[in-house]
Amino acid sequence: MAYYRRNSSADRMARGLGWFSIGLGVAELVAARRLARWMGMEEQAGLIRSYGAREVATGVGLLAMGDARPWMWGRVAGDALDLATLASAHHDGNPRRENVATALGAVAAVTALDVLCTAMLHREEAAAWTPPRDYSDRTGLPRPPTAMRGAAKDAPIPADMRTPDILRFQPA
Amino acid sequence: MKALVWHGTADVRYDTVPDPEIEQPRDAIVKVTSCAICGSDLHLYDHFMPGMEKGDILGHEFMGEVVDVGAEAKSALKVGDRVVVPFTIWCGECDQCRRGNYSVCERSNRNKAMADKLFGHTTAGLFGYTHLTGGYPGGQAEYVRVPFADRTHVKIPDGLTDEQVLFLGDIFPTGWQAAAQCDIQPTDTVAIWGCGPVGQMTIRSAILLGAKQVIAIDRVPERLSMAKAGGAITINFEEESVVERLNELTGGKGPEKCIDAVGMEAHATATLDSMYDRAKQALALESDRAHVLREMMYVCRPAGTLSIPGVYGGLIDKVPFGMSMNKGLTWRMGQTHVNRWTDDLLRRIQEGQIDPSFVITHTVGLADGPDMYQTFRDKRDGCIKVVLKP
Repeated sequence: MAYYRRNSSADRMARGLGWFSIGLGVAELVAARRLARWMGMEEQAGLIRSYGAREVATGVGLLAMGDARPWMWGRVAGDALDLATLASAHHDGNPRRENVATALGAVAAVTALDVLCTAMLHREEAAAWTPPRDYSDRTGLPRPPTAMRGAAKDAPIPADMRTPDILRFQPA
Repeated sequence: MKALVWHGTADVRYDTVPDPEIEQPRDAIVKVTSCAICGSDLHLYDHFMPGMEKGDILGHEFMGEVVDVGAEAKSALKVGDRVVVPFTIWCGECDQCRRGNYSVCERSNRNKAMADKLFGHTTAGLFGYTHLTGGYPGGQAEYVRVPFADRTHVKIPDGLTDEQVLFLGDIFPTGWQAAAQCDIQPTDTVAIWGCGPVGQMTIRSAILLGAKQVIAIDRVPERLSMAKAGGAITINFEEESVVERLNELTGGKGPEKCIDAVGMEAHATATLDSMYDRAKQALALESDRAHVLREMMYVCRPAGTLSIPGVYGGLIDKVPFGMSMNKGLTWRMGQTHVNRWTDDLLRRIQEGQIDPSFVITHTVGLADGPDMYQTFRDKRDGCIKVVLKP
């Protein structure tokens, strides 16, 4: 079972990155063609749009799900994909090479943040983990449960909570 | 006085607030000696229930000593009486109360118009549980005003500790009603989703009411070990398939009785449908996560019963209702008619048939309440049930 502490600094950072992810994703979805042109990657507008959808899904996961770590790993993997895609466009034949370099720098910075946040989340879990408590003696009953089975058969069950006889399961 | 006050999502504070006073002739003021954080308080803490306002005092599971009594409550209560206060406020005079349906009392919700609009017809007033149910200040405080106090109480005889009887106000009768409304037969398998405090009470209730087999489902090791101690066969849903295991334990036929002791905040990442629910919830497209309901409907034996003590607040999505209709399932649900059960349950505690204090894992002062909300919500430190001492 995963242990995580909501409202910790790492958790807040992860949720912040979730909002960032949604913002970036929406921008990529809405302005894919313009972004592609700016980086000299006109043929790649569809790819940028699909990356935008990935960013939105990761962002929703980070904001909505309890344990942020799998989604942060998702972000790190997405960063690697972004870096590889940008690196492939960073060549002498691209007249917008400088813009690609700017984008590469920005993605690298965000990658560093993502890695830091993921590491903080893992550190937090390791620090918070304690062996599960043993509650196997907490029966609440004076005798073993097998001996207590049916001890309250005399309990008054109101008529409105009883199954009509005709609808009851009949033992085979 | 001091009280735990809701200020927003995951923001509960130990504040100074005005002392309560007698406002109506049927009121009483109770000095709280013990109160608890209930699983359903977490729906307020996480702000999944509508109708909370900044400054609301939380808490609906509490007990204490009567310190002031209104003129019309004096026939039933006197200063010095030791009482558990049920979370459902009931007048004892309306049509519903006369039928024993105390949790849908027609008169105790002072915000009736709001509830009428949202629910079609009002339900009872509840302590510390949103303005939809009256906006009554709750019992995680040093003092509480109890409306309709001549009815809304359980007198506690000498010789029983607070810890033994405190849960008569909510989780014990809630677990009991969840099992009782299944009309358990000696041949029945009862499957219970959720091993939190209500789930633990439900397990013991089902055993005492004579179920052939009780199966409890959760993922938290401590909760599963406590469920096993109470006589349940346990299923860790992170380690095995709930549906496959339930079918295996029932000869492929499914349990006759299924109980949802989880409610609107089902674990968000274990299955695709709960992830879908959580994403919709985050985007405000759905209020409750219905994974447990879907699983119960799927696995329950045809002509079986679904009992739902888990709290739901609003809208659920993608519920396969056709499956439920075609299998002829009976649904029973609702807030607990606490006082229907308390005389009988108090007698069982006195006779030693059950000691509900088994579920308490943390006892702290009221000032530590805000931290304990977080510990309980995050299921840290083996936390299952928190008792606060004002």
